[in-house]
Amino acid sequence: MVIGGLEGYLIVFLVMSGIFAILTLGLNLQWGITGLFNIGIAGFFAVGAYTSAIITTVQSPDHLGGYGMPFITGILGAGALSGMIAWLVGIPTLRLKGDYLAIATIGIAETIRLIFTNESWLSNGTRGITGIPGPLREVLPHYYYNLFYLLITAAFAGLAFLFIERALHSPWGRVLRTIREDEMMAAATGKDVFHFKMQCLVTGAVIMGVAGGLYAHFIGFISPEVFKPMQFTFLIWVMLIVGGAGNNKGAVLGAVAVWGLWTGTEFLIDALELSTDYQTKAGALRIITISIALELILLLRPEGLLGETKKTFD
Amino acid sequence: MIVNGIITGSIIVLGATGLTLTYGILRFANFAHGDLMTLGAYAALTLAGMNLPFGVVFVIAMAFTAAAGILLDTVLYRPLRKRGSIVLLISSIGAALLLRNLVLIIWGPRMRYYSQDIQIAYMMPFGIRIKPDELLIIGIAAALIVLVHIFLKKTRMGKAMRATADNAELAQIAGIDTDRVVMWTWGIGCALAAAAGILLGMEVQLRPQMGWDILLPLFAAVILGGIGRPYGAMAGGIIIGLSQEISTAFISTAYKPAVSFAVLILVLLIRPSGIFGGEGRWS
Repeated sequence: MVIGGLEGYLIVFLVMSGIFAILTLGLNLQWGITGLFNIGIAGFFAVGAYTSAIITTVQSPDHLGGYGMPFITGILGAGALSGMIAWLVGIPTLRLKGDYLAIATIGIAETIRLIFTNESWLSNGTRGITGIPGPLREVLPHYYYNLFYLLITAAFAGLAFLFIERALHSPWGRVLRTIREDEMMAAATGKDVFHFKMQCLVTGAVIMGVAGGLYAHFIGFISPEVFKPMQFTFLIWVMLIVGGAGNNKGAVLGAVAVWGLWTGTEFLIDALELSTDYQTKAGALRIITISIALELILLLRPEGLLGETKKTFD
Repeated sequence: MIVNGIITGSIIVLGATGLTLTYGILRFANFAHGDLMTLGAYAALTLAGMNLPFGVVFVIAMAFTAAAGILLDTVLYRPLRKRGSIVLLISSIGAALLLRNLVLIIWGPRMRYYSQDIQIAYMMPFGIRIKPDELLIIGIAAALIVLVHIFLKKTRMGKAMRATADNAELAQIAGIDTDRVVMWTWGIGCALAAAAGILLGMEVQLRPQMGWDILLPLFAAVILGGIGRPYGAMAGGIIIGLSQEISTAFISTAYKPAVSFAVLILVLLIRPSGIFGGEGRWS
């Protein structure tokens, strides 16, 4: 059975966009709504991916595992562990100024990468974990499996969207936004700022961990190379800032648009069939382009494509 | 091990002193600092290729990086300064990636060396072995730190910088031209970054990723010493350098960056204003 390659590619693209949209929504909760500066996204994503992979794979001499649990258990575990790590990072940093959280999150992401690279008993080191099962992968033909997976991803993305959208308009969300605008005021009205920030940081990290799990089961293979911390994290940030921080629709739009641009240029470079040296340089050029795009948006259109819909008092 | 710690430490000291100056005076964490180090190191590589004497290479590379820093500030940071430190931080991450990938495009992704010669280590008392390059690293770092010290204590600009770091508004009221202070801060901070980058290149090798990889230890040293405190950063740099090297006796050397992270977290838990930080003005 031959099905149009383009259509197949589109489905893969949409699944990846969905995963990135979930990540961007998680960041929107942390940064767009509450103003928490997390630049360790790659770390939480990696923890999610590895956790889910280890929970669900069959016994292997190369890495920890052999639990063979179902997909959904893996995803839940991914979110739980990622959230726990966020909690640990939050304890020393959330009482301090925002930059400390920034530096600490980058530290944890780097440490996580070092652990997955060096602890072979856990994660098979740089060779990574292969054969991560996906739901109904054995039963469905490849094309339909991808389509099925798109539905799963869309469901999770929709869930994250609705959850954050609801949270935004709840009293909880209002406190978070007050914390972003004026922490002192939030404290003065009797809100325990530290606990609200912690809930937000952990919830965002759970969402990111789930995205990591979804990624691992879709691709079926993970290695520390996938999680080049800064490049990956930076991409998510660009997605949110381009789309419009504080706006959930903007987060999703930014994720799809930037991911389209990112894979599109990769496609282009592959098509040019350059020598390895030039390929690395062309890759660098892509990052430069994205960085310039970010700087321009910061300078010229700081609210992003879709800004936050500001209500004075709701 | 102690010697290695001091070598690494003196590189971190130079980087961290520059970083803490910009952090204290401009009030934002410049994540492009490590990549400015990389830029300085690669600029020196090109200059060294022109067969210029070592001292000249060093000074020109420092001046070049200082100019690059001032340019970065004028184009990217200054328009954003009123929008708060976190927006500047985001912008600096973009700048960091920009610089790193420019270096990659200009000089290529492969590892480079200033010199391929293999150096014979001197035998020092107590069975310490040290290479001539490593003596030079410690010497240059110490000399630059003394220069920074004299600059901060004796010159008008140095005093103005310290005053601005303490309280920018008060400094402005006292008639200090804060714009010039900002320019000098970038100049000195980036010149020190270039020096640190060159020394790092001498000790290990040049890679486009080199400056970014050392950023975490730099921040750890800055926070350990108290943000905006050059003398704190110097002490912090040595402590971080030593703890990274000493840790190799207990855990895998691959975890060196994680050690500085652990020290950082410890400081944040116990004394977030840094060991010399006083009452924690910055928290």
